[in-house]
Amino acid sequence: MARSSEDSAAIRAGLAVGLAAAAYGVSYGALAVAAGLDVWQTCVMSLVMFTGGSQFALIGVLATGGVAAGPTAIASAAILGIRNGIYGVRVAPMIGGRWWKRVAAAWVTIDETTAVSTNQPTLRSQRLGFWTTAAATFIGWNLTSLIGALIGDALGDPRQWGLDAAAAAAFVGLLWPRLKQRQTIAVASAAAVVAVALTPVLLPGLPVLVAGIVAVVVGGFNWLSNAEPPLIPLEREGI
Amino acid sequence: MTMWLIVIIASLACLSLKLAGYLVPSSVLDRPTPARIANLLTVALLSALVGVQTLGHGVGLEFDARVPAVLVAVVLFALRVPFVVVVVAAAATAALIRLSGWG
Repeated sequence: MARSSEDSAAIRAGLAVGLAAAAYGVSYGALAVAAGLDVWQTCVMSLVMFTGGSQFALIGVLATGGVAAGPTAIASAAILGIRNGIYGVRVAPMIGGRWWKRVAAAWVTIDETTAVSTNQPTLRSQRLGFWTTAAATFIGWNLTSLIGALIGDALGDPRQWGLDAAAAAAFVGLLWPRLKQRQTIAVASAAAVVAVALTPVLLPGLPVLVAGIVAVVVGGFNWLSNAEPPLIPLEREGI
Repeated sequence: MTMWLIVIIASLACLSLKLAGYLVPSSVLDRPTPARIANLLTVALLSALVGVQTLGHGVGLEFDARVPAVLVAVVLFALRVPFVVVVVAAAATAALIRLSGWG
């Protein structure tokens, strides 16, 4: 059966996005080891958690607070994982099929798969886009996480190599595509100020969680909203 | 709490959230407020992590080589330089500054 141009476009988008995600798996792996995880723990996170933002958040909090900050690290990762649940609500109708297929789809429902699939015009190309992105990202992310972990293991002192600054830069990169509206920019600015101001006062990890209250308040009252109500951030991902 | 326990609990929590999305009816998204708060929570936490990772030092703040490195990253992201290149550039900036004896 000949592929339509829509199908080819979906596959190309999936492979491109998968490749891009895989590239920063190296930084995740190296930073995870610098934060105190061993190579196995780094890889289990990429396999089971499989969502970059939460993985970076967990190791970010552990890097500053150590194992003692475990509960706040878990909470930060989980809060950043909520959006995947919302993506799931959005993409579930297009997946269809038996329960095992839906479980597999849920596992790989992240920024990348949701963005590519919801950008395709037909149901067939949406599914193709979803599963191509899923396969490329899953294989690439896990492979490069392992490579990064091995590199990080060999590097030794993370500060000497600037890996602590690399972690901060990685969060800037995850945040950047989301700063397109007045409301998100305001929340981002206020949250950073709150977290930094509370750092000398609270236990490591807690300032990040408390900064989340900014989002709940601004979002709940819908302050500074744009004329168009924001739905789901995917169309603005810029992928 | 051991490192393994943290890794396993956090991983299962994130996986469960993904599965939950497939179990709730899609009418949940008809109400804009929960979706909006979830979106803003992502932004707030990522931004808070930028702040703490750049200036935090245990329970306290420290202005060191990370600050210029993050500024370099912001400029490069604004110029649409790919993620991994920016991260390496930020690391190199901090490493070179430290090599020179500051931060």
